[in-house]
This record gives sequence, C-alpha cells and structure tokens, in this order.
Amino acid sequence: MLKISSAPHISSPVNTRSLMKGVIIALMPAVLASLLIFGFDALKVLLTSVAACVACEYLICRYLLKTAPTTGDYSAVITGILLGFNLPSSIPLWMILIGAFVAVGIAKMAYGGIGKNLFNPALVGRVFLFISFPQQMTTWPLPHPGKFFAADAQTGATTLGILKHLDSESLSNTLTKYSYQIDNIPNYLDMFLGNTGGSLGEVSALALILGLFYMLYKKIITWHIPFYYLSTVFILTSIMWFYKETPELDPIAHMLSGGLLLGAIFMATDYVTSPMTVKGKTIFAIGCGILTVVIRIFSAYPEGVSFAILIMNAFVPLIDRWCIPRVYGTGRK
Amino acid sequence: MTKTFPTGGIHPQKYKLASDIAITDAGLPEYVSIPVKQHIGAPAKIIVSRGDKVKVGTLLAAADGIVSAPVHSSVSGEIVRIDRQEDSSGYYEDMITIKVEGDEYIREIDTSGKLIKNIPDNPEEIMQSIRNAGIVGLGGAGYPTPIKTTVPEGRKAEYLIVNGIECEPFLCADDRLMQEKAEEIIIGAKIINKLLGIQKAIIAIDENKPQAIEIMTRLTKSYVGVNVRTCESKYPQGSEKQLITAITGREVPIAKRPIDIGCIVQNVGTVFAVYEAVMKKKPLFERIITVSGDAAEKSANFRVRIGTPADFLINKIGGLTENTAEVIFGGPFMGTSVANLQAPVTKLTSGILLLSGKIAAKEPETACIRCGKCVDACPQGLMPFEIARRARNNDFSQLMQLHARDCIECGSCAYICPARIPLLDYCKISKAEAKKILKKQ
Amino acid sequence: MDNLILTDFLTLTGIAFIAALILYFVSQKFHTEEDSRIREVEAMLPQANCGACGRAGCHDFAVACTKCTPQGFAKLYCPVGGAKVMNRIAEYLGMAAPSREKTVAVLRCNGSCQNAPAKVNYNGIQFCRIAHNISSGQSGCPDGCLRLGDCIKVCKFGALSLNPQTGLPQVDEEKCTSCGACVNICPRNLFEIRLKGKNNKRVYVACRNRQKGALARQNCKAACIGCMKCAKLCPEIRIEDNLSYIPDTVDAAKYGRQLAQTCPTGAITYIDEKEKQND
Repeated sequence: MLKISSAPHISSPVNTRSLMKGVIIALMPAVLASLLIFGFDALKVLLTSVAACVACEYLICRYLLKTAPTTGDYSAVITGILLGFNLPSSIPLWMILIGAFVAVGIAKMAYGGIGKNLFNPALVGRVFLFISFPQQMTTWPLPHPGKFFAADAQTGATTLGILKHLDSESLSNTLTKYSYQIDNIPNYLDMFLGNTGGSLGEVSALALILGLFYMLYKKIITWHIPFYYLSTVFILTSIMWFYKETPELDPIAHMLSGGLLLGAIFMATDYVTSPMTVKGKTIFAIGCGILTVVIRIFSAYPEGVSFAILIMNAFVPLIDRWCIPRVYGTGRK
Repeated sequence: MTKTFPTGGIHPQKYKLASDIAITDAGLPEYVSIPVKQHIGAPAKIIVSRGDKVKVGTLLAAADGIVSAPVHSSVSGEIVRIDRQEDSSGYYEDMITIKVEGDEYIREIDTSGKLIKNIPDNPEEIMQSIRNAGIVGLGGAGYPTPIKTTVPEGRKAEYLIVNGIECEPFLCADDRLMQEKAEEIIIGAKIINKLLGIQKAIIAIDENKPQAIEIMTRLTKSYVGVNVRTCESKYPQGSEKQLITAITGREVPIAKRPIDIGCIVQNVGTVFAVYEAVMKKKPLFERIITVSGDAAEKSANFRVRIGTPADFLINKIGGLTENTAEVIFGGPFMGTSVANLQAPVTKLTSGILLLSGKIAAKEPETACIRCGKCVDACPQGLMPFEIARRARNNDFSQLMQLHARDCIECGSCAYICPARIPLLDYCKISKAEAKKILKKQ
Repeated sequence: MDNLILTDFLTLTGIAFIAALILYFVSQKFHTEEDSRIREVEAMLPQANCGACGRAGCHDFAVACTKCTPQGFAKLYCPVGGAKVMNRIAEYLGMAAPSREKTVAVLRCNGSCQNAPAKVNYNGIQFCRIAHNISSGQSGCPDGCLRLGDCIKVCKFGALSLNPQTGLPQVDEEKCTSCGACVNICPRNLFEIRLKGKNNKRVYVACRNRQKGALARQNCKAACIGCMKCAKLCPEIRIEDNLSYIPDTVDAAKYGRQLAQTCPTGAITYIDEKEKQND
C-alpha cells in the first residue's frame, strides 16, 4: 500500500534527540576534565544528578501527567549534567536529589515539560540549592588532578570568592572560614586548564571551549549568544579594570573564572530559554553580560552568571515579541 | 560571485542522481489520458468527440477565456474515452483518453533538429504562437505564459530572468535541458525579450550545475544582452520571489506581482517550449521529466508525451521496488503524493520520484523546543512556529500580523524542524483562513 | 536609624499616593458607559463564545439583543441556549421570544472502515483540511469522510466522538447544540444542521458522492448511486448529479422506515431516537 503524505516529503536528519545528543557530546570534554580534576567525587555527583533528573522526569510523566515519558529526547540528561556541573564535588548526595527535583520537577515539568519552561532548569536547581544550603554550596574542594580516589580533599575558595572578600569588611560567618588571600589567585594557565577550585564543570575553560567549537561545527548553536555574552563581559570588565575599579582582577581572569564560560556556552544558549531571532539573541546575550558584571562587581555574591541568565530568561518572551523578523516584501528599513 | 537571497533558506542533501544521464525518449504507451485542466485558470473546452482520429499536435481542447490554455494531443490515434478519470491525487478530472496508433505529426510541426535563429519581427505573431501552443509555466505553478509575458499598462519590464535553478533534490530535468538544448533556451529568451521590448536576459543557474553553467556561459557570449548568473545552491533559490531578490536585490512587495518591480521570471523549460512553439510551430505536448528516487533501481531523464501514465515511466526504470514507500509527482519539497499510479503526467509534472520509507518517514510530532530553526529557515521572514501554535488551537486572530498569507509553501520550516512539527501543514491551514478573512473584508 | 525609617515610610507613601492618582485619572479618562442590560443578558447566555448565532461571541450577541428593534430581535437566536435562554432574555427585555424548531447536526456520509476500506496509507498530519487538499483520501471517495476528526476537535460541546468501529465521527444528540462549527470546518461539507423531527425521527441521505453509480460503488458500498427508487416513493426527494437529497420537510415518521428499506445501498439513514433508547 502506497503512503500518502503532505509536503515536504523529506525532512532534515536532525531531530530533537540528535540535537540533544550533540549537546551531550559537547559536554563530554568538560565531564572528563571534572573527573580528572575532582576525581571520584565528581563522578558520584554527576551520576546522581543525571539519574535523579531522568528519573524525576520519567516518574512525573508516567504517574503525574499520565503521558508518554519524554525522557527519550535526552534533555533531562543534559539538565542533569549541567546541574552537576554547577555543584561543588563535596556536596552531599541528598542535596543533589533536591536540586534535581527542583530543576526538573518544578522548573521544567510544572511549566508543561520540554519547550515550555521559562527558566533554565539546571540553573533554577542550582540557585535553589545555593540559597538553601549556602555553606555546602560554597565549599569548594581544591583540585587534585590525577588522584582519582583522593579522600578528604582540602577545600579552598574560588578566584571570584577570594576577590570578593578582599575588599569587603563584614563577611558572613560561613564564608570567612577560608583564607582569602591575594596569593591564592591561580595563574592564567591553571584557570585555563581547570587546576583551580570551583564547581565541577566551570573550572576548565579549555574543555568548555572544545565543547563550544563542537556545537558550532555541528550547527547546534549559533555563535551569537556566546560571542556577545563574553565580549560584553570582556568590554565592561576592561573598562572597570582600566579605571582601576577592580585592580585585582583583569578582564582575562574574569573570562576564565567562575561559571562564565559554562554559562555563556551551555546555559544561555539553551534553546528553550533563549530568544529565537539573531536580534533577540544579541539583546539577550548583552543583557546577560551586563548583569553578570554588575552582580560580580557590585553585589554581595561573588558569582553572577546564574542570576544574570535567569533574570534574562524572564525577559525572553518580551524580547521575542520585539524582535520579529522582517517579512519579505514589507520594505526595508 | 554567487548570488542568493538574504533571509532564510536551507541546504538539504541534493540527491542529484540523474544529472549525468542524458535525456532519452520515453517511448509511446498504449493509451494516454490528457486532462483538460493542466494550468491555473479555467479548464480548456473540449472540441473533439469520441471516435475522432487525432495526430500529434491536434488541438483537443481550446482555451476558455484569457486565463486558460489550450490542450493538444500528444500522440496519434483514436479518442476512446472523454470522461472524468482519477488523477494523481485520486480526485476525478475531465480527461481525454487516446488509444495510440503510430506516431504521425500534424503537418505544421517542424520535426527536423535544425536550429533556427531568425526571430520573427512581429511581437503579435510571437504572442499568437505561444498562445496557440498552450504554453504554461513549467516550473510547477502552471500560470499561462501569454499572460505572464504581457506587460500591463503603466508597467515596464526591466529584467527577464530565466530560472534554471531547480533547487529541489533529485530533479535534474532542467539541468539536462540546459546542457543539451542551451542554444535553444538562449534563443527562447531572446524571443521573450522581443515580446517584452527589452534587450536584457539573465539566465540564473545554481552552482551545483557546473556543466550547464559552462555551456551556457560559452554560448551566451555570442548573444548580446544574455548573461549567466551563478546562484548559491540553496533551497528555495528557485522560488520566483527569492530568485528576483537574489539577482536584482529588489523585493516583490506584498500582494504585488514581479512585473510591478520590472521583473519577469520564466522557467528554462518554459523558455525552451517558447522556442519550439515559435520557431518549430510545435505545441506543448511533451516535456522533460526526471524519474528517480532513492528507492528506484536507476534514474532517468525522459522526454515524455503529456498524458503518459506514471506506471509506464516507472516500469521503464525497473518498476516499483520493494522498498518504495511513497511515489511523488514533482520534487520532494513541493510535490504531491501519488495515490493512483495510472495517473497521467501533465504539463506540470517535473519529476516522478520513488522514495523509500527511510527518506519519506514522518516521525511523530513532539513538543516545540523553541530552537528558532524554522524562523531562521523561512525565506519569507515569517515565524512558522507561532503560526503553527495558533493554528493548532484554531486561533486565527493574529493571522494578518503574522503574515500567514505570505507563506510561499516551500516547506523549509517543516524540513528543518527537529521536533518534527508539520509546520507547513499548519501554515497552509492558516493561509486558507487568512484568505477567508481577506475575502470577507 | 529613625531617620531611615521615616524616609522609607515617606517615600513609599509618596509612591503609593502618586500611583493611586495615576490609576484614578486613567480610570476616569478611559471610563466608558455601558448599557447595564448588556451584562445582565450576557449572564443569561451559555458563555460558550462559539459564534453559532453569527456574532463574534456571547458579549456581541448580548449587545445585539439590547440594541435591536422587536423585529430585529425575532431574527436573533442562540442555538446553544435554545428556547429556554431566549425566553428568559425576551422576558427581561420585554420582547416577544423568537421560536425555532430543535435542530441537530448529522453526518452525511456512511463511508465507515467497513463500507469504504482504506486503499492507501495516509501518513500525514491528522487534519481533514490538509488531507483533503492532498488526495481524495484513504478510501478513494472524493466526497467521503476523511475520518481524521477536524469536526471533533472543533466541537466545543463534546458532542462529537470518533466511533472506533466505523472510524466515523458520531453525534451525541443530547450534547449537540447545532452551533454549526462542524459544518464550517468540514472541508467536504458533510455535516448538515437538520430539524430534530417529530418524536426525534429523522431520515436523510448519508452520502455526498456525485459520481456515477458504478464509480461511486467502487470506493464505498454505502454510496448513493442515484437509482431514483427513493424519489419514486416520495415526490419531495430531489436527485441531482447522481445524488439524492431528502429535504427536512419529508415526514420521517411516515416515509422513514420505508425509504431506508428501499435504498439498495443503505445510503438512506433512518433514525428513531426512541427505538434507540429502547434497545
């Protein structure tokens, strides 16, 4: 029996699942880097996080919404990896479960599942944990590259954390435990390779940049968001640095430290929570950049990427409304 | 320097399996069934009756009004049926069935292969030849050519663009025609030039046809005013509006025709038919058709008499194979599924494709992930996902703001969508609704 | 610190005051006087906003009710609310209540999966409007039901459902308000709003195929072949283009059973709601 169908009769080999697989492949260098740097703890955190996210989505689809589970599109796996990337390796596993539930259950499924969520699920999960458990979330084990099963790793502060507290006099008790000394600032090479304290996925700039190139090569994302985001941060921090507002941290260190690269490459480019048109993406990315710098330099928090992206996520529907493409034949502006 | 349109477009796999296969004659089937409506406009009026003997080129049905085109016999023989018969879509259309006996042409047709270069001086005479030959736009739209080549009062033609783009995968008919009948096409373009009263003609060819570009560039040197432009091979480069923008940089304003900005686009097949009609007095009773597909045993470019049943051609390339899931008339993007293999090919059939289940698979629709690929792909600058979202919920309140009626139905959005949302279908529903609203106003 | 609290208090009060002023002036400026009866009438309406009355929605209908002359009011009718709602509105507005006979939507096709089996495999989007443009449909009948349920999707009252055995949509008489949404959406114009008839007895031709008998029967066993047998029984029945049409005026109680029995293909459908309920 012949088939009858509507045009077009062929479709692109790329589907949602293969796009998500591509993102997972792009995340692999950073996964490897985190395993090398933080050892077995990193593996534990990542596996728990991925398993919890996938299970959460499956259970909600199956038993709460009573629909066919959408776990097959791998988007929950990405959320899991990204959530894990945003956590320190020493975090207790039960906290990851809470984070995964908030990320997938509340930030994604409560909005109606994939494609309908307003905020990046992994970031919502991270911010929820960050606000609920500030101590555990800011206890950064020092890297111990090569030693896979290193027990009782030492803890230290992140580059941004050190700087944030150098010039502030009143520090909350939880954060003053560590010595914030200018000597602790790692050099560029360490920051580039990831030999520094921080969340699992954010430390190695090299691995993240490899992922970026893979995604650009595979045309999973366009260059606009990472480029405008990073250059906005670079320009603003350069101005600050030039006018001696932040003498401690130069623009390059800003680029390499904290979750900036992770955020600009994997979080801000999330399809669902970023604008659709090039114009919209540009506005979104510049907004993220400005907010990141503002939070990093003027607020009490050392790190601003997750808040910046979440705030800009809220603007996406508005941006999409503004930035509609010009229809053919309506005259050029 | 390759040219292209600025917004949207996609790069599907080309599958040009038949681009190196020379055009061959498909031969004569036992019966041909010729529909009387093979164009946009009123169906032609039948002037023959059952039992009549006809020759190749005999007028079967005359044009009914201005927006219409005559239909000629493509074979010689006896008319055995005049009634409603199933066409490729399964609907019933008025057709004239002729039992083939021999292959005798009417006297007027010059059957020699000689190239004639001296163009008649009188534009009226040219127009009459085109009108009598029943030529319609062979690119697929089927708009009667005489109307398209008439410049309305107050307008001025500046560019004649000969469309040799053929951006649909698989199809190679125009490519082969340009390789084999290049000079005829150039003379055809000069004939249309004369009609329009201009000197300039641009032959647009996309870059995946290097042989055609080479031949055309060489031959156009000896013709004043005819030039070849290479375009990027991108879908839908062959769409009239997109091609005009690529070549001239102008845009056809909404609800206007190309002639309003001084452009006239003609398909190479049409231009060739114009040459044959004017110089050889040959009505449009045959055309070049690519028979191909990933499920076909081999590919071919056939010179086919109008009215030949599809299965006659399919059998010529080895018949329906096991893994044929879908048979398409036309290209895979804008063509239509065939429900009835006995259906005749018409003036508008540019190809017959046998697609396997692998290529023609329709995966189930999943949730939109807002990736924006459809917005990037739309050559018209529309937002297919938004149109689709509203059409799904029967919300037609924003159709005008979303410009649903400006969709050219190229299918780029549905092709690119990773969530496999049938965006084009939703756009078509919205377009139909938009037309209803416009009618009301 | 006192100072701080005071400034905060004053600033916030100031902002609240200014905002209140803005709100006040805006509401004054954009205030429109509306006939209070409109709201009352609107409240009586079913609030389905289906457009069956020919207006844009219930509010629009209410506006029309309050603004028209008694002659104009006779032309307004809400088929969803029926006589009950119209009587209430008429009473409220002090006008004569318009009366209409009860109607129901019927599907004029009997091309079920058994009568008109699929010949090709439709693999496209599940929308009749699209399938109609692509081909004559799975069964090959160019006028038959496409069995993809656009009518079911458009029905706001849940009166239509797909019968899993026949593959055809079926009408729930109780729920159908004869709003006409299915009539408008069906690309093949298969639905018709017909009188419910005396004692809910109805007879109609469940076929729209205009092809000649033999051709029509090729695709569907239950096609009307234009054999004229029904027309001989009842002179009111018209046959055009090989297709019979039984007008509403034909007395179903009198002719119905006989007509259905006479039809050689079973295209004529006789419905007796009472019999159905007794079964």
